[in-house]
Amino acid sequence: MSVSTPSAPVASVPRDRGGPPAARRVRRVRSRFSPWLFLAPALAFFAVFKFWPVIWGVYLSFFHVRPYLGNEWLGWANFSRAFQDPDLRAAVGHTVLDAVVSVAGSMLVGFALALLLESPARHVRILRTAVFLPAVTAMVAIAELWGALLFPGRYGAVNSFLGALGLGAQPFLASPHSSLWTVMLIQIWKAAPYDMVIFIAGLVGIDRQLYESANIDGAGAWQRLRHITIPSLRPITTIVLTLGIIRGLRVFTEINVLTGGGPGGSTETIVTTTFKAATVANDTGYASAISTLLLIATILLTSLTLWWRNRLEAS
Amino acid sequence: MTSSVAGSATGGATALGLRAPRRLTSHRGGRLLVRAVLFLVVIGIFVVPLWSMIVTAFSGGAPKLGQVFLWPHGLSAGNLTTAWRFGLGRGLVNSIVVEAIGLTLQVTVSAFAAYALARKRFRGAGLVMLAILATMMMPEEIIAIPLYLVLGKISLLDNYGGLALPLVGWALPVYVLTGFMKRIPVELEEAARVDGAGDLRIFFQVILPLCLPALGTCAVFGFLMIWDQYLLPLLVAQSPKMSTLTLIVTSLQASQEQGEGVRLAAAVVLMVPSVLVYLGLQRLFERGLLSGSLKG
Repeated sequence: MSVSTPSAPVASVPRDRGGPPAARRVRRVRSRFSPWLFLAPALAFFAVFKFWPVIWGVYLSFFHVRPYLGNEWLGWANFSRAFQDPDLRAAVGHTVLDAVVSVAGSMLVGFALALLLESPARHVRILRTAVFLPAVTAMVAIAELWGALLFPGRYGAVNSFLGALGLGAQPFLASPHSSLWTVMLIQIWKAAPYDMVIFIAGLVGIDRQLYESANIDGAGAWQRLRHITIPSLRPITTIVLTLGIIRGLRVFTEINVLTGGGPGGSTETIVTTTFKAATVANDTGYASAISTLLLIATILLTSLTLWWRNRLEAS
Repeated sequence: MTSSVAGSATGGATALGLRAPRRLTSHRGGRLLVRAVLFLVVIGIFVVPLWSMIVTAFSGGAPKLGQVFLWPHGLSAGNLTTAWRFGLGRGLVNSIVVEAIGLTLQVTVSAFAAYALARKRFRGAGLVMLAILATMMMPEEIIAIPLYLVLGKISLLDNYGGLALPLVGWALPVYVLTGFMKRIPVELEEAARVDGAGDLRIFFQVILPLCLPALGTCAVFGFLMIWDQYLLPLLVAQSPKMSTLTLIVTSLQASQEQGEGVRLAAAVVLMVPSVLVYLGLQRLFERGLLSGSLKG
């Protein structure tokens, strides 16, 4: 796989350190070992808690894992089962839809927030900080808050607000028709302020002369947005969007806290399916196979995105 | 790193050019009104929910299921003490211990690795960086089940080690610190070396003090990353005495006869440390966000 980041640090350029030849030789010997001594603790942690589980997971994918009876070799059976499993197929559908809608939605909302709140004025800065708080708050706390606010009854906090507007009470998370969309709204609520900060940085980076000459040419606010702001932000946006969607494929916390995959499996995602296969159905081999497929998908999609970014930057 | 962008985001002038100085006309008055309405909508959507959470958590009266207060109804710590009885205090202590172990090791180990990657030439440096960046594609959610089995093999289930150690190796701080250390002038290191300082002394006395801003950024992100953990404790903490704060908060969801006040009080306890860390180190946080935003 090629995770070639253009800015990925590589060895620094050769340089002459000077000093007498003997000292230089000692230094050279020492410096052959010392980088590895400095790297050793980090590499040990990555090896034990990342690479070992990944390799172990891929290995288990080929077995029917039985704790006391010994593992039974299955070949590709877990994988072919995964491709035929209708529940998993539904879960993949939910996951992809959720990832695309929540990431694209939070970018749109984040962009709107950035346009509205991009100002050095003090009161705007305070509002911006307040708006950003959901982004730093733990997803578990956010899920608890919205779980309470979105109580499906007529007296629920959001429903009584909707009632005051003359709208009917919504079931939100309680109905299989609206549960996934409700989860997406909560995800957008948490992620949009994050995107706002990225967009504000992008807005500040745009050459102001472009706006001035557009003003002179008589361009309106909408035209400036359409022809200057959006094109200037497009390169950063597409990459952030794609990587965000790939990251969204592993959604778990908010689903498990808000709905547990229900009602009626309507919010079941890839990782909740894996989790249940391992914990409820006690089928570790199958769970590992799904995780392996998700890992492969993640690596492929990420590599593709980074390759595409390198091409964009090269051109 | 794009720290200069972060700095000017708060200090610079507006980029859209929508608000050039203009005389107050009726046209401009209308625009101000639209702006004010939009501000209110933003406050209603993004600020009021968190506000109502805090208000409800510390109100005396218990609202019915699904209801929250928008204004305090008798200041009281009753919800908090109820949540405390259900293990909130123990969860808080556990989370703080895990945070202390995890964050200390994470930042230390990352700084050591970054020093080698940024300042040393050696065979395999590129490969090491590639391997570390590749772990960004192996988050807990994907490796959870085999990680759980591995932790079982090395007796790291149901103890602080199992809750904290898997979080130590994180590519983001290694990446951020490597980028930062590369920009420290070589001459500083050379001068120390001429004075006879070894690698360790140079690392601690020359490089680390210059890295404080980047270390701060890593500490903020590391803090939030460890504090927000949910899936890992769900698998590792098997007895109630090892439950972290996130597990306690979600366990309170089940006892709905307590009303919303108790679970929201617990959620506030979970939220406050993150918010304090963010508000205290806002500049460092935004700088890191912008430099890390393109990473998987």
